[in-house]
Amino acid sequence: MELWFSEMHTKNVKMSIRVDKQLYSGKSEFQRIDVFESPEFGRFLTLDGYMMLTEKDEFIYHEMITHVPMAVHPDVSKVLVIGAGDGGVIRELVRYPEIESIDMVEIDELVVEVCKKYLPQTACRFDDPRLSVYYEDGLKFIRRRQEEYDLIIVDSTDPFGPGEGLFTKEFYGNCYKALKEDGIMINQHESPFYQGDAEACQRAHKRIVETFPVSKVYQAHIPTYPSGHWLFGFASKKYHPLKDLDETRWNMRGLTCGYYTTMLHKGAFYIPGYVEEMLKDVE
Amino acid sequence: MDQERQKKAPIYDALKRFDKMRVVPFDVPGHKRGKGNPELVKLLGEDCVKLDVNSMEPLDNLCHPISVIKEAEELTAEAFGAAHAFLMVGGTTSAVQGMILSSVKQGEKIIMPRNMHRSVMGALVLSGAVPVYINPDCDERLGIPLGMRMRDVEQAVLDNPDAKAILVNNPTYYGICSNLKEIVRLAHAHGMRCLVDEAHGTHFYFGKTLPVSAMEAGADMAAVSMHKSGGSLTQSSLLLTGPQISPGYVRQIINLTQTTSGSYLLLSSLDISRRNLALRGEETFEKVIKMAEYARQEINEIGGYYAFSHELINQDSVYDFDMAKLSVNTLQMGLAGIEVYDLLRDEYDIQVEFGDLGNMLAYLSVGDRPRDIECLVGALAEIKRRFGKAETGLMKQSYIKPQVCCSPQKAFYAEKESLPLEQASGRVCSEFLMCYPPGIPILAPGERITDEILEYIVYAKEKGCSMTGTEDIEIKQLNVLKEEI
Repeated sequence: MELWFSEMHTKNVKMSIRVDKQLYSGKSEFQRIDVFESPEFGRFLTLDGYMMLTEKDEFIYHEMITHVPMAVHPDVSKVLVIGAGDGGVIRELVRYPEIESIDMVEIDELVVEVCKKYLPQTACRFDDPRLSVYYEDGLKFIRRRQEEYDLIIVDSTDPFGPGEGLFTKEFYGNCYKALKEDGIMINQHESPFYQGDAEACQRAHKRIVETFPVSKVYQAHIPTYPSGHWLFGFASKKYHPLKDLDETRWNMRGLTCGYYTTMLHKGAFYIPGYVEEMLKDVE
Repeated sequence: MDQERQKKAPIYDALKRFDKMRVVPFDVPGHKRGKGNPELVKLLGEDCVKLDVNSMEPLDNLCHPISVIKEAEELTAEAFGAAHAFLMVGGTTSAVQGMILSSVKQGEKIIMPRNMHRSVMGALVLSGAVPVYINPDCDERLGIPLGMRMRDVEQAVLDNPDAKAILVNNPTYYGICSNLKEIVRLAHAHGMRCLVDEAHGTHFYFGKTLPVSAMEAGADMAAVSMHKSGGSLTQSSLLLTGPQISPGYVRQIINLTQTTSGSYLLLSSLDISRRNLALRGEETFEKVIKMAEYARQEINEIGGYYAFSHELINQDSVYDFDMAKLSVNTLQMGLAGIEVYDLLRDEYDIQVEFGDLGNMLAYLSVGDRPRDIECLVGALAEIKRRFGKAETGLMKQSYIKPQVCCSPQKAFYAEKESLPLEQASGRVCSEFLMCYPPGIPILAPGERITDEILEYIVYAKEKGCSMTGTEDIEIKQLNVLKEEI
């Protein structure tokens, strides 16, 4: 018997992972949720058939979306996380003792429930006392916040499906308003490689550039995402991701990471020529 | 309404049967099920172009329905509580023309509010009927025309006992309803017909908490835009008639201007949408109203915007309010409605239905999802943060009382000359001028051009309203009557 999970990365490109068994399949008000067990990647979560994370490579995504801003901003005490129902970002954030509160806004409660049950590797710190979880639309939540957060992490799905609203200009504008005067916003920024993803990436960049004074893009290598080459957005009201990077301070913390180092931090902002060109087109 | 019978869709079923017969086409349309136009097939899809066929025995004929179209019209009439229903393929404009041309002839009077859609004025030009205008009540704060006050309608009826009909626009674009039942009663008591432009009220027939529909109120004819809240394809529409109207005569009138090649794409979309509304309309519109209510609450919480609703009801000129509409006044924020409309499109990729000087209207329907509402509300909050300013220097007025000098038909066909806008004051206009949408004429043929109107035109152009109707596409010249009246 051969059992495979396949995801179409484009109309003409397909990635497949051999599956041992399906651990969960369900449908929430917002999307279809599946968890599989695989020999190569361990357990993995898909939403509407799109790969969200695998046990084998999730550390790359979660470290890169969290530690990059944490090594730049000198004093993060209040954080807002949008999406992130798998708990990976929370797991990384709670490693910082100076963070006093984390608000997490996830639209789909079932994702969190499923992850708690089947993906304890990421959904392991939902019990942290600093964390408050809100199950509602991110755009709605943030509309009511003003100059409140030091850091906003937008860990969204792709810009089609429930995550659509998190790629709009009104959302980025509302994030700007919700950040303190030296706040930083990090967002999942899609991939520059395949045309469909690249267009989403360009559109998101255009909207962020129009909203924030500092808007840079950095990259990571995530094997199970389309093309494997993935981007994150670093948007900020004040801090520059390289000029304000405090390597010593971060390294003194003694946090061990699998992917992130302060050396890689610098390298991650050196993006390929074609990507630079593509982003410059909309700046 | 017999729910079991409403499950049928005779035109749709006939098209499916016809497709299975694999008939070799040696008739029009010449694209022959798309084979002759591959690019069109690529754009619209094979299933779609296959339906684009000609009238023929198994599919009936819109000009003279005797089989499946007749059955579809009967089902539609039943679903809408009408004595007869006509499926229309020339937009609601054609339904409005059908109502007016079959009710008032050359020189006969028709009572109506002046804030009517251009299609009504167009029908008056065609028929030669003479309008007796009732000035609608106005809300000064919002800058919108409301419905007609009953005492104004009564006065107009007493002053013009020879009028043949009263025409009501119900609801207005903004969702305002007049006292329709009372107007019908008054009309019938004086031997007049009551005609209703119900372009924005298809859903009234399928909701418990919605204002009364034209047929339920006892009106004689109603033009219903199925393609708006009804969900059918653009350009498809319905003309409904009551028991006192001869369907045969109305059909003759419709056939004067209607195409003899009625599109089966449009007809089948009417058929399916009627079925859908009859079976699921009530729950659908309950959802839409809930979304609109939620949006109103959230928008009003932002501050600076006023999403108005049933609190406007005053038992007269706002007899009822259509809760499915989402009209938002923007003046307190220092922005014209048209400016917010433009910002939503240019800055946030959100297209709303229209913006006028003081308001914008977002059209909600069965196709909207809660997260789309969040985008709209989020964008409005951002517009306030980024562009909001003190409320100054904004013009509110959206209704100027017309001075009618001659019938629209006479003015339209009269000897005329073209004058630059600024020199036109005092002369009688021979053409239409309107912002589109909403398409309510600022000037109609036969009306005197005043300084106030010219000022309004200049201001609306400045704010970016899209103006149409005049022969001069740039709206710098106006056609006026040569003869001074």
